[in-house]
Amino acid sequence: MQHEWLMGFIGGLMIGTAALIFLVVNGRIMGVSGLIGGLIDRSGWGNGRERIVFLFGLFMVPVLWVRFIAPVETHVTNNLSLIIIAGLLVGIGSRLANGCTSGHGVCGISRFSIRSIFATAVYLMSGVIAISIFRQLLGVI
Amino acid sequence: MLRLISALFAGSLFGLGLIVSDMLNADRVQGWLDVLGNWDPTLAFVLGGAILPMLLAWPLSARRGKALLGNVLPGPASVRIDWELFFGAALFGAGWALVGLCPGPAVAGLGLNGISGILFFLTMIMGMSLTPYLRRHFQKPAMA
Repeated sequence: MQHEWLMGFIGGLMIGTAALIFLVVNGRIMGVSGLIGGLIDRSGWGNGRERIVFLFGLFMVPVLWVRFIAPVETHVTNNLSLIIIAGLLVGIGSRLANGCTSGHGVCGISRFSIRSIFATAVYLMSGVIAISIFRQLLGVI
Repeated sequence: MLRLISALFAGSLFGLGLIVSDMLNADRVQGWLDVLGNWDPTLAFVLGGAILPMLLAWPLSARRGKALLGNVLPGPASVRIDWELFFGAALFGAGWALVGLCPGPAVAGLGLNGISGILFFLTMIMGMSLTPYLRRHFQKPAMA
């Protein structure tokens, strides 16, 4: 097995363990779009501090890692119009679908939710189509 | 208080997992979707690894009937497949592919990606805020 696949699997186990803790200990689904969305539309204000603290940990660990341990390669584009379009699509899409990669992909598939399996299949296909058009066909990303 | 410590720990472990798995690297995410180009299967290992603990977590929490700190567990998953779900997932997938960021890595990369990271996060928040208004256009019957 290639090194990056093994690291991917180990990192994945850590992500899944985070989701396990959030469910078993806090009784909450670790879906980032839902955690943020509930803060925006106020539906999650009842447990708002729990959401904010979770997001703070998620935000701070990479910052501390880069500061004290090692650099992290991100390769995020600096094409700002692309960033704006993609940010809007991810924001609207994840809320309309009630979930993103963490919520539907990790937490939903593992409970055999038909909605999550359907959503994951659709966003993967849509992503493949988008990359194929904009990278392979048009060469713009 | 325990609930907040647990949430902070879970969020931090999620961030660490994203670093270890290299999922903050947009090239790797886009590579996974680039099946016609230089395809990179790493993301499948990440998703597989992440699902494994959750396969234990769901029956474990269901058997207990409530969370360790006493909270009510999430209700049963909805089985409704509708146009909102379809269009939402399709838009999300396209945006994810264009830049290689989804909400988790967008938060985790907020301090790493300079102006791009901040602008992505802000437009994502804007999109999320607009969604309730768009939702009104999807009050249609279920697909299946």
